[in-house]
Amino acid sequence: MFGWTGTVLRVNLSDGTIKKEAINSKDATLYLGARGLATKIMMNEVDPKVDPLSPENKLIFMTGPLTGTFAPTSGRYVVVSKAPLTGTIGSSNSGGHFGPELKFAGYDGIIFEGKSEKPVYLWIDDDRVELRSAEHLWGKNVFETTDEILKETAEDARVACIGPAGEKLVLFATVMNDKHRAAGRSGMGTVMGSKNLKAVAVKGSKSVEVAKPDAFLEACEDARKKIKEHPVTGTGLPTYGTEILVNVVNQVGALPTRNWRDGGVFEYAEDISGEALREKYLVKNKACFGCPIGCGRVTRIPEGRFKGFGEGPEYEPGWAYGASCGVRDLAAICKANFICNELGLDPITMGSTIACAMELYERGIISREIAGMDLVFGNADAIVELTRMTGMREGFGDKLALGSYRMAESFGHPELSMSVKKQEMPAYDGRGAQGMGLEYATSNRGGCHVRGYMTSPEILGIPEKLDPLVTTDKAAWLKTFQDLTAVVDSSGICLFTTFAIGLAEISSMLRAAVGWDISDEEVLKAGERIWNVERLFNIAAGFTPQDDTLPLRLLKEPLPSGPAKGKVVELDKMLPEYYKVRGWNEEGIPTEDKKAELSI
Amino acid sequence: MSKILTISPDKCTGCRSCELICSFSKMQAFNPKSSRVSVLAFEDMAVSVPIMCMQCEEPSCMKVCPVSAISKTPEGTVFIDGDKCIGCKMCVSACPLGNISFSTVEGKIVKCDLCEGDPKCAKYCPSGAIQYKEATPSNLSRRKLIAEKFKELFGEVTQ
Repeated sequence: MFGWTGTVLRVNLSDGTIKKEAINSKDATLYLGARGLATKIMMNEVDPKVDPLSPENKLIFMTGPLTGTFAPTSGRYVVVSKAPLTGTIGSSNSGGHFGPELKFAGYDGIIFEGKSEKPVYLWIDDDRVELRSAEHLWGKNVFETTDEILKETAEDARVACIGPAGEKLVLFATVMNDKHRAAGRSGMGTVMGSKNLKAVAVKGSKSVEVAKPDAFLEACEDARKKIKEHPVTGTGLPTYGTEILVNVVNQVGALPTRNWRDGGVFEYAEDISGEALREKYLVKNKACFGCPIGCGRVTRIPEGRFKGFGEGPEYEPGWAYGASCGVRDLAAICKANFICNELGLDPITMGSTIACAMELYERGIISREIAGMDLVFGNADAIVELTRMTGMREGFGDKLALGSYRMAESFGHPELSMSVKKQEMPAYDGRGAQGMGLEYATSNRGGCHVRGYMTSPEILGIPEKLDPLVTTDKAAWLKTFQDLTAVVDSSGICLFTTFAIGLAEISSMLRAAVGWDISDEEVLKAGERIWNVERLFNIAAGFTPQDDTLPLRLLKEPLPSGPAKGKVVELDKMLPEYYKVRGWNEEGIPTEDKKAELSI
Repeated sequence: MSKILTISPDKCTGCRSCELICSFSKMQAFNPKSSRVSVLAFEDMAVSVPIMCMQCEEPSCMKVCPVSAISKTPEGTVFIDGDKCIGCKMCVSACPLGNISFSTVEGKIVKCDLCEGDPKCAKYCPSGAIQYKEATPSNLSRRKLIAEKFKELFGEVTQ
């Protein structure tokens, strides 16, 4: 095959068997790869009602047909499973170098089944694949684990692993690869921990081939040129990283502040901005495999009680610990983010859960005795200490390990959790950007910004500027963004390319890579198919239209100040329209006609 | 005047686009292990260094080759004549920089050949960390940097 390697590994952790299987080429054509293909495998093989942390759940690592090629940002892979935080389909993708290495070893992906009796890791050295004991690694953090495995295998191998948070089943644990890159959301690291799978290490020496080399190079050149020339991908992201958004989103009044309580303007936004990060702590830009953008931040806090070295923060973690916790100390935010990487925690959910606890504390619902500290908004030491305690499940951290919804529910106030389907919404207030509100309510993995990034048209004006405060046409726009994002996530490239390139460029690369003769529209149709299969998984898992909603705060409490003052999310206007443009019935279920149209 | 490949580790983001395009231009497939350029990353120092054949003025590989398959072209490229090469791999051992290797995928000795005067790694490097340019001005700019340091130093002393 071209683009794909054509082979996946099936690893049964219960009995230790490892099989090599040909990928289903029909499914690969219909579902592209990565997120789409892995979701299809979940749908085929796993009961959507399964307990996410039981051996019956499966955990799938999958690359796309563009992973490991010259396509810009070809370093992506995805981890898919049923998610423990939400109970929805979970999927989370990551960059770095791990995904391409898996393809160079000759595999499109790995399907993990069952549960190992004792901690193990998988070592893939081209054709030689074996499970090894990880008992000596259990309890070690992400950096220690990675270094130790590289010593035991090969110094040029690539490692994806979990930290203590995944082992201890914190519900929002990440899979970390190349030490600092995270498959961050959905709790994929938690599922990995539940299977006693500490890590996957891989080294490969094979080639990834494309069907039409000349056409492929031409398509990649075109895409790379556009990425280089675009102000966001060519200048903004390389210069300031994703944190460039802090000031931008704050200016439009959509930067949620203090657990979304105080509106969309954070008075200390400057202090936590990408500009401040660059000036104070940036050591160097770092790119993932094959990426011409290089938005990654290598950062160092040289001294003081938050001294540290690592990567990040990205915009959303920076917001979660910053604006949402009312913290203006950028060093503390960086440090908390470093700890998330070390222990394997999703910093968006972590920061948001602390913010929720801070509001409960200020309302007197959580006592000082329970919190173990003065948990007021703005307490910089608290975000660092509670992150560590959550990763290790110590003290009050054991409660936070459940995420904000379950934590707030245990104190009788689930409405103060700023989450959708129990996953925390990040960094953009839907009251100030209506389309983002609809995205949160409908994303197939719960509160999430990167399944249909309406911020792009609503705030950044890409590909064209939409009024963020109106609901008109937002449903149709969101559908297109969600479908296109499913294509991007399933091809094996990074969503950030889409600031500069779109369906035409991505389709050209896909066609030349795998040798298809299909139209751009058919490629987008694959994205729609993937979206619908995710939806069908969730429906079969028990989700209903009542779950396609937002925290009451966004629906009932008008923004108190800023450019979007007085606005709530007008979800009741947008949601029925959304179901309609999706071709779903009033219950939000894909109709038989729609399923037939999509060959589901 | 001949052009040389220059590397600026301070600009390298570690994306390895050079490894991809190098292997692709040589074998029409993507395979970093067959690339003539490798990016070595030192995580703890936040440094990445692209390394490839430096086209030495007095190439050890050329000297050690028992069948004179390696020569230096007038343009300055250390060139391997595939027809003459017997695959003894002496050159691999002789290169003090480790920039010549035996590719098991291609079944031959491989090293950077400057892509016949249009090195793809430099052409596609997104950050300008690898450049292909005239040797002298580059040296001059480095000398200027050193001179600046002297200036700063003496400036402090004389103030």
